[in-house]
Amino acid sequence: MLNMLTMLLQVAGGVGAGLAVIGAGLVVLGTGVGIGRIGGSMAEGIARQPEAGANIQTASIILAVFIEGVALFGLVIAMLAST
Amino acid sequence: MSLGIHIPIRAPLRDLGAVLQEHAGEAAEAAGHVAQETHAEEWGTEAMIHHVVDSHEWELGPFGTVQLPEIPPIQIAGLEIDLSITKHVLFLMFATILTVVTMFLAVRASRRLEQGEKAPGGILNAMEAFYLYLRDEVVMANIGHGGERFAPLVITLFFFILYANLLGLVPFGATATGNIMVTSALAIVSLVVIETAGFVALGPKGYAKTIFFLPPGLPTALKPVILLIMAPVELIGKFSKIVALAIRLFANMTAGHFVILALLGLILTYGSFQPIGIVTILGSMFLSLFVMFLEIFIAFVQAYIFAMLTAVFIGLIRHAH
Repeated sequence: MLNMLTMLLQVAGGVGAGLAVIGAGLVVLGTGVGIGRIGGSMAEGIARQPEAGANIQTASIILAVFIEGVALFGLVIAMLAST
Repeated sequence: MSLGIHIPIRAPLRDLGAVLQEHAGEAAEAAGHVAQETHAEEWGTEAMIHHVVDSHEWELGPFGTVQLPEIPPIQIAGLEIDLSITKHVLFLMFATILTVVTMFLAVRASRRLEQGEKAPGGILNAMEAFYLYLRDEVVMANIGHGGERFAPLVITLFFFILYANLLGLVPFGATATGNIMVTSALAIVSLVVIETAGFVALGPKGYAKTIFFLPPGLPTALKPVILLIMAPVELIGKFSKIVALAIRLFANMTAGHFVILALLGLILTYGSFQPIGIVTILGSMFLSLFVMFLEIFIAFVQAYIFAMLTAVFIGLIRHAH
């Protein structure tokens, strides 16, 4: 475990950069959870009312894009912080 | 156009590249193979970043390199403005030409329709579908009455960003919208239109109310306190939406290309290690192909999101009362 941490710090070039790498991982984790929940709601909604399928699909894709936008903000900050 | 503002994205990743190359070299020796042409020295984060950022040369692979014209910087009021035609500027011009040609052909097709000749078929039909969808579902639905005046802007934004995104996916192409300055400029255009639309629709007093907002039924003693706290928040809210527009587009375009370059770089780094090499090459090729399909989809979606959010913000500020 400590070996992994030291290699992480070595790769990232310092404590700040190492934490930035972990931060990036957390960002991706949050995004995965968020988009996964949208996917689940979408499947349930379409299962309950197949006629609304197209509406639900369009709305879900737009929401997923927003969440991905927020994730990429986090990634940009992580990139800038890994100095 | 560099205003001397430096966003340090390259510098931190250089060390990462050096360490990755070290590790790649070690892995080669540990595997017991002679590390002849690992190509690890040629492919690192440096090479990846080189393909994504702006440059003064347009690299055409086996057909050579085009040196783009460099214009000496102009001094305006203490700022140094560099107006040279860099790679991204060139592709912005291509996107502009494509947008203008699209609109021109669409107008010609609609005139033919009015004069009773045969209906547009094929690609002009698809363009018309885009226009009608954007005008009815995006502009009119979000802005409401008086929205036709904003339809040209929203539709132009959509097509311009779409072409700029897609040009990055053709061979020897570069993504102009993968440059934070380009997306910031587009977002500033949206900002000017949104605030002007709000000012014109609400009048000076109504517009000031969007910043200095007082909920009704508040005791007089609390009013200054609330104003003092909420006014900066409202101002920041106006700008944060625009900054979000810029960064969303920039990050989506750059991230996709970075992933593709990293996957293709795997071929260069590990492709010569037999027998794993063959698997690496095939796997990397199929993954890159899949990611490029995803990139096409994301190009469309991001252009649509930018245009739609501009329409939504215009509608929100016009109906603020």
